[in-house]
Amino acid sequence: MGGFFHRHRGVTPYLLLAPGILWLGIFFLVPMGFLGYQSLQSGIFPDFRFTWEFSNFSTALTDYHQQLIRSFVYAGIATVACLLLAYPLAYWIAFRAGPWRNLFLLFIVAPFFVTYLVRTLAWLNILADQGPVVRVLRDVHILAPDGRLLATTFAVISGITYNFFPFMALPVYVSLEQIDPRLLEAAKDLYASSFQAFLRVTLPLSAPGIVAGTLITFIPAAGDFINAALLGTPNQQMIGNVIQAKFLESLDYPGAASLSFILMGTILVMLLVYARIVGTEKLTG
Amino acid sequence: MTTVAEAVAPRAQAGVATRVWRFVKRHALTVYALLAVGYLMLPIAVVILFSFNHPTGRFNYVWNTFTFDNWIHWNSILGIQSAVETSLEVATLATLVATALGTLIALALVRHHFVGRGATNLLVFLPLSTPEIVLGASLLTLFLNTTSVIQLGFWTIFIAHVMFIVSFVVITVKARLIGFDRHLEEAAMDLGANEVTTFRKITLPLLAPAMLAAALLGFALSIDDFVITYLNAGPTQTFPIFVWGIARVAVPPQVNVVASAIFLVAIAIGLGNVFWQYRSAKRTRGVA
Repeated sequence: MGGFFHRHRGVTPYLLLAPGILWLGIFFLVPMGFLGYQSLQSGIFPDFRFTWEFSNFSTALTDYHQQLIRSFVYAGIATVACLLLAYPLAYWIAFRAGPWRNLFLLFIVAPFFVTYLVRTLAWLNILADQGPVVRVLRDVHILAPDGRLLATTFAVISGITYNFFPFMALPVYVSLEQIDPRLLEAAKDLYASSFQAFLRVTLPLSAPGIVAGTLITFIPAAGDFINAALLGTPNQQMIGNVIQAKFLESLDYPGAASLSFILMGTILVMLLVYARIVGTEKLTG
Repeated sequence: MTTVAEAVAPRAQAGVATRVWRFVKRHALTVYALLAVGYLMLPIAVVILFSFNHPTGRFNYVWNTFTFDNWIHWNSILGIQSAVETSLEVATLATLVATALGTLIALALVRHHFVGRGATNLLVFLPLSTPEIVLGASLLTLFLNTTSVIQLGFWTIFIAHVMFIVSFVVITVKARLIGFDRHLEEAAMDLGANEVTTFRKITLPLLAPAMLAAALLGFALSIDDFVITYLNAGPTQTFPIFVWGIARVAVPPQVNVVASAIFLVAIAIGLGNVFWQYRSAKRTRGVA
């Protein structure tokens, strides 16, 4: 065995790669091809035929552009909310938590340990009409006496924000933690105020974390349908809800496939624009 | 003298003011951090709390009275036990396979220079940057078009889970391999060990912590996944799919019991890991 590896050094990497790459090839790349193939079919379940039906895409866009735009708006708002909420926490853990650092990092990832659906359902309890939050908001007249939080856009966006918060907090923390404290001392020596030091040193140095965080928050958030399904109404439906329903309920596979492609394509275009704005180096780390 | 005192006094005052300002600022951030953690913990607390609730009607939304019944009779809801078992089986199998495949890819990527390295990196990265709904949908179209070979069910879930866990394993193990001291392996080879023995006695033990971390992450991802699983499950039910189905009617407190149990086990492992890292860090420092 050892002799074999020694004599065929050039083959070794390919032997190591083969099983995993085959798996990804067959169950990730090939399915993408099938998705494309399905998206250009026509007919009614179960008799679909491949007919280069490009009109599937235009039909999908005219019928569901609202849900598509809504998905990106919700994901965008949630991503910004995540950044604003997570940055100070990540900053505190990186610079002020001292020996409590690892414990607080565990707190950040703790929501991941509760089944996604169950932790989203917990917001049903918290935001319920008879619940304490709604009661207090009604008492202080922020909400009308019959106002509610559930089944609103607010509930859906808050749900997305909560569920993807750790995706933002972790990369931001990692980039903050790598900052050399001597740089901040140097800034102070050069008469920068704490705020100026933060603005000129800390914030730019944490940019890679912010970029990574926004990406890994925004992409899954745009495709999410659980929050809209559990916390919203049909008026808050996102593109994920439509794709899911087309596949499993209305059995419109070509329509679902073309919508999936539109979603992926739009994200890809946004990614490229984002890369142009922030620079490719920051994007790939 | 007076001039000196006068000159010093305002500075001292400014010093006090600055200190007070710093004190307020520091504590404002600490208060914020604690509030943020509270926000993260709130739904978890609600899940655990309502696992002990004895709901008045069908809906477990409003607190009524404390009971242990839900924990004792956690499997009294039809289908919940088999769903949990399926979840555990899929997670175990998928994690084992994905950890093996991912570790091999990571070894190839870090240790070898070969034609197609960039393409391999891209292929590993792509599933991570694709929305779950698209991953699930594309895999479903594959299975729908190959029904003569494979039917939707346990094994299609397994295939899907291995697919999306592999990339996470590669990233986790790669990070460890990059900071890896190759001298140890060279020393073993100099002492006459062949490549297989070196791998078994040196590389594998040193990689074990990263593989374990990757496996734990993979297990957590698998047991929690809903979107990809739902699309590719056919009639098979995992725990998240069970929750989805029953959420359309009314969620019984037993769902909270299972979720709390999973959470508590995961937190225990997480705390153990934090403690273990802390101890091994102290030990290596002692040796050096």
